[in-house]
Amino acid sequence: MDLLEHQGKDLFRRYGVPTTPQGKVATAPAEAEAQAAEFGVPVMVKAQVLTGGRGKAGGVRYCADPAAARAAAEAILGLDIKGHVVRQVLVEPASDIAVEYYLSLLHDRVSKGYKVIFSTEGGIEIETVNRETPEKVAKVDLDPTVPLDADRARSILEQGGLAGEDLDGATDLLVKLYAGFVDADATLFEVNPLIRTTDGRVIALDAKVSIDGNALFRHPDIAALDDTDADDGLEARAQEAGLQYVKLDGEVGVIGNGAGLVMATLDVVSQAGGRAANFLDVGGGADADRMAEALSLVLSDPQVRSVLVNIFGGITRGDEVARGVLGALDRLGSVSQRLVVRLDGTNAEEGRAILTEAAHPSVVPAAQMLAAAQQAVELARASTTSGSTS
Amino acid sequence: MSILLDADTRLVVQGIGSQGTFHAKRNQAYGTQVVAGTHPKRGGTTWEELGVPVFTTAAEAVAEQGANTSMIMVPAPFAADAILEAADAGIATIVCITEGIPVHDMARVYNTLYPRQADGTFLKEGRPVLVGPNCPGIISPGAANVGIIPGEITSPGNVGLVSRSGTLTYQIMYELAQAGIGISTCVGIGGDPIIGSDFLDIIPRFAADPATEAIVFVGEIGGTEEQRVGRWIADNAADTPVVAYVAGFTAPPGRQMGHAGAIVREGSEGGETAADKKTALEAMGIAVGTNPTETAELMIARLRG
Repeated sequence: MDLLEHQGKDLFRRYGVPTTPQGKVATAPAEAEAQAAEFGVPVMVKAQVLTGGRGKAGGVRYCADPAAARAAAEAILGLDIKGHVVRQVLVEPASDIAVEYYLSLLHDRVSKGYKVIFSTEGGIEIETVNRETPEKVAKVDLDPTVPLDADRARSILEQGGLAGEDLDGATDLLVKLYAGFVDADATLFEVNPLIRTTDGRVIALDAKVSIDGNALFRHPDIAALDDTDADDGLEARAQEAGLQYVKLDGEVGVIGNGAGLVMATLDVVSQAGGRAANFLDVGGGADADRMAEALSLVLSDPQVRSVLVNIFGGITRGDEVARGVLGALDRLGSVSQRLVVRLDGTNAEEGRAILTEAAHPSVVPAAQMLAAAQQAVELARASTTSGSTS
Repeated sequence: MSILLDADTRLVVQGIGSQGTFHAKRNQAYGTQVVAGTHPKRGGTTWEELGVPVFTTAAEAVAEQGANTSMIMVPAPFAADAILEAADAGIATIVCITEGIPVHDMARVYNTLYPRQADGTFLKEGRPVLVGPNCPGIISPGAANVGIIPGEITSPGNVGLVSRSGTLTYQIMYELAQAGIGISTCVGIGGDPIIGSDFLDIIPRFAADPATEAIVFVGEIGGTEEQRVGRWIADNAADTPVVAYVAGFTAPPGRQMGHAGAIVREGSEGGETAADKKTALEAMGIAVGTNPTETAELMIARLRG
């Protein structure tokens, strides 16, 4: 789960990580103007979207007075930044920047632990710094069973070239950031830039935070945060239902169990001359309800002309899948798209028997993966030619 | 012969709820020696469906019933502790089926099971083997089945199979079986960001196993682990027939396809797409299929050629 900047900063504050003065969120220009007037100092007006490159896109502005804040909010709200439409801005007292650094903590699957990245080159993308001047980037693996103490934090910062007056403040900030990273089950805490203000304080000027979705049961307050961005509506709905869904461009809807099998199903749909409309993994233990939700999700994509349900049973049992498919069709009423349902593995025979017995007009049972893909592609093509679904 | 599981496998099941019972019964029916279950509150009772005792801890299952392998089916919030409990009890092979374990928990578990050494590597020797989490388990056909792999789709043979994806592996195993080709052991390593055993923890075991004559490994988009596997095979087991499949030839960049690592990162240094991996592996002498059926066919051809 990705947090917006203002949510990330609130989290930082909870762990004592020095950051910008508390701001406010505005959804209308007049609101931004009033907030700026209330602060009574120059403010920053910043687009709150879950993507980088906000500055370049004109989504971050310095405003000397309330009228400027109003104008900035007017310009930023509704802006499309890499497909994310800005619906709210953060209005916060501006900080005077003396120096910019880069600091992040992340999960690293290669080193099976955490990684801290620090550079004295802040404010630009770390990938760029890493490519052009790798010697200016300190990347240090951390053992998650050993807490990060001040001595280690300091040596990491020094390794990244930090010296002098900012060391104490940055060390303190890193130790607190680390404690928060662990406590909040974060997968990313990125501070870009970390700055020294003109009055000598080291603070996080920005906050890019991702929290492990699997750990949200430990963080009901974070789980309750509004993270609806300008996501694809279907993807948001899938997330709500606990399904893994990715919208693609084709016309054959795909439902499978297991990420690998779904990916392989996309591959065979393409090899059969079609294009998949989506990736959807119903996961392990998928019962009738889950399958019904998955099917209704895929069928609500208007581009879908046929659906390939590809299930190989382990935890997911074929009879459950068959009942789920039939139950979903009942619930959806009349469905113009046809479903090729390919079942194998645990209780697959029972599942196929259920489908055969039901003899639903929309369901085409299948046993082989490649043949099933071909059928689904042909059905999509036939449906497009006849125009029967439009 | 086989790896990790054999006829001497004595299984304790940690997590004996409805899913745990359903799969433990299937494992038992397959011929796996299920010797105990554990449950924090039901110690001292009998696991009726399986006809074996229930203990409070894995250590009791080891002491009383000689358990040497554990299957973990407890809910995600408790799985990390269950893994460490099994390790402390001296269980040699720990198979964690549970999905949705927080990544911080797994980071802690991994670094506890396999302490970091001065050179940056992890101490694996003499430590328990953890397979998973979020994996389908292990099957050594004809000997033991631990997890959720449908045992009826395969039979004993000489091909070692290792994969991140459960169902995709079943598909390939099934197609090999249709051609009369059996399996020595199939290991589903799982698709989580941190897993106990990766390809390079399993493939050397296959290479050293006299009963495994050929290897199929099933990777996917994202990262460059498949290339490391390819290099290891080229350097250490060049004579072993190896066939690979890399799922996700049609996956668009920048989109995560289910598994945490299954993403071709935009602006990455290359090597992360299925096509890149296929090219790299083929250059190392490893045949790569473009779908499960073709992958099985390549293996069949290697074995018959």
